[in-house]
Amino acid sequence: MGQKITIEPVTRVEGHGKVTIHLDNEGNVTQTRLHIVEFRGFERFVQGRPYWEAPVLVQRLCGICPVSHHLAAAKALDVIVGAGTGDGLTPTGEKMRRLMHYGQIFQSHSLHFFHLASPDLLFGIDADPVKRNVIALALENKDLAVQGVMMRKFGQEIIAATAGKKIHGTGAIPGGINKHLSSFDKKHFLNGEAPLNIKTMVDWSLAALEFFHDYHEKNKAVIDEFIEIPSSYLSLIRKDGALDLYHGVLRAKDQNGNIILHDVDYQDYLKYIDEEVKNWSYMKFPYLKELGKEAGWYTVGPLARLNNADFIDTPLAQKEFENFKSYNNGKPSHKAMHTHWARLIEILHSAEKMEQLLEDPDLTEGPLTVKGKKESEGVGVIEAPRGTLFHHYKVNDHDQIEMCNLIVSTTNNNQPMNEAVNQVAVKMMTGKEEISEAMMNAVEVAIRAYDPCLSCATHALGQMPLEISLFKKEKMIDKKRNR
Amino acid sequence: MNQIVKITIDGVECMATKGQYITDAAKENGIYIPTLCNYEGVKPRGSCRICTVKVNGRLMTACTTPVSENMEIENNADEIQELREAIIELLFIEGNHFCPACEKSGSCELQALAYRFHMMVPRFPYSFPQQEIDATNPKLVKDQNRCILCKRCIRAIKDEKGRSVFAYKRRSRHVEISIDPKIGKSLSDEMAQQAMDVCPVGALLVRERGFVVPIGERKYDNEPIGSDIEKLKE
Repeated sequence: MGQKITIEPVTRVEGHGKVTIHLDNEGNVTQTRLHIVEFRGFERFVQGRPYWEAPVLVQRLCGICPVSHHLAAAKALDVIVGAGTGDGLTPTGEKMRRLMHYGQIFQSHSLHFFHLASPDLLFGIDADPVKRNVIALALENKDLAVQGVMMRKFGQEIIAATAGKKIHGTGAIPGGINKHLSSFDKKHFLNGEAPLNIKTMVDWSLAALEFFHDYHEKNKAVIDEFIEIPSSYLSLIRKDGALDLYHGVLRAKDQNGNIILHDVDYQDYLKYIDEEVKNWSYMKFPYLKELGKEAGWYTVGPLARLNNADFIDTPLAQKEFENFKSYNNGKPSHKAMHTHWARLIEILHSAEKMEQLLEDPDLTEGPLTVKGKKESEGVGVIEAPRGTLFHHYKVNDHDQIEMCNLIVSTTNNNQPMNEAVNQVAVKMMTGKEEISEAMMNAVEVAIRAYDPCLSCATHALGQMPLEISLFKKEKMIDKKRNR
Repeated sequence: MNQIVKITIDGVECMATKGQYITDAAKENGIYIPTLCNYEGVKPRGSCRICTVKVNGRLMTACTTPVSENMEIENNADEIQELREAIIELLFIEGNHFCPACEKSGSCELQALAYRFHMMVPRFPYSFPQQEIDATNPKLVKDQNRCILCKRCIRAIKDEKGRSVFAYKRRSRHVEISIDPKIGKSLSDEMAQQAMDVCPVGALLVRERGFVVPIGERKYDNEPIGSDIEKLKE
């Protein structure tokens, strides 16, 4: 008699989903699925609204990385108001948005690494569930927990200073930004009392990497061997090949590191990317058209970005990037747990970028917006913390949005997460009599590496947990786990 | 010569000019009586009832009632406050007021009153009316979802010939504001901005200027509505 495992909710991720694992009579895994069970419909209810509302309205998709949606929408509308495709803004407009974005990457990555992922590393995948959380982390390793909390706070304060609020601000408007950085804020971030100044943030970003390296040294099996998901990788990249989280061209590499999408303009993304709908999930499955539905799936996010980048334009992060590349022999890393490594390098890069920007006089003076010949359609793409984020709008002659298409970072990672769930289930559960708590958590650890935001990905209201379940094929014995 | 009269507001003795509306007299004495449909410089109408006070024991609209000698006015009584709260809540449930994405948020008088009265959620069920956006005017977008039918735009915005740019159309629960198609076409930028400023909510929006005022600089970001009047007392 077959069995079906349901893990529900999957915890320490943003959003609500569940995992089902089907086992046959011999205990072999026959099917695994990550189901996203929320539906939101932002693409529909933004229709008819004046276009300038979009960056403020659509960012309500998410409370974790609203800045990404805010900026991606603003970038699409830059095109519509004739401000160019990402490089036509005033220096103040672009640099204020960049500062906001680096603050966002810094806070979101810190939240993920310290609050959501580090308990798995510190206490082990098989640790008592009561212990696998940030409170236990604070009791066990106070310094690490404090650093995590304060790094997130710093990022949030950068967002508040540029967007007006820590969550759901209004800073980016079509064609630029609505404010300068105040000289008070500039001084506070550069020379404020420790720890909330940029120098401490750079130091702590380095310390987080040290913590990771130390852990990696002692736990190679977890970081290098836990799961490996060979795939194509998609990301924005600066025209000269540098890592750029705010603007660039689209690049994709195959699993061997060969470029398969050659630095194309994202205004034409529909030429290269399509989305497939499957009847068991509200989350779509994007793929590269050229490779087709079966082979065209790809991974986005920190690991994809570092796999695609030629270099990083900040010195400390570049040094770490070189270590990362050399550890993987110059080839793309397919190790899901290396995503944490890549994420920490991006934290450091963001801190360095913020430091550079805070010294820039353009932030405190200069024109805020620019406008030109109006267009009826625009695409905005940004590297959100979780990966490449697409916003596409069409407006009518009366400035009302008539079409909106969003491909959210986690949606891009739909197939890789399903592959990861399958791989862990096969590896950990095949032929096992009893499905233990540790096995269930291992499935969640695999999903967590992608730092999914399931609410964003289904554009969902309500509770946030994700579930895993195991049940018998015929009798449907439901061992639903709610943690 | 103006005749000065003595009145009391919540037992406090105040001086006022005979014939002056209660809202104006209270304001001069540093006492805030909330208003919504009332707008300085425009003849009061008393339609929203948010300024309801008790005058010598009777419920009256303060914006349309002139003061007279020895008038006893109750403004802060529990009964009055409760009535105002209910009116605010009713205004919210009658329309589609989604503050998070409204560009008037932070400068909206209805939202500011809801904050001042600590409204958390309306006690009445939302009616979710089907309303349309009229985006055909070259200078303004009219979002009927947010209109509270205060008529401020009708009364305050006139062209150089004194004609109203705005008018009511339809009747009963279907009534809505409309922009005169002919006069509306020649609306200047200044008049469009004036119309947006006159509107207490986010029903009239100047095209393509949304969210240009940063958070922190909006009308009610730093102080609750009415604080400017109450400061006069200090």
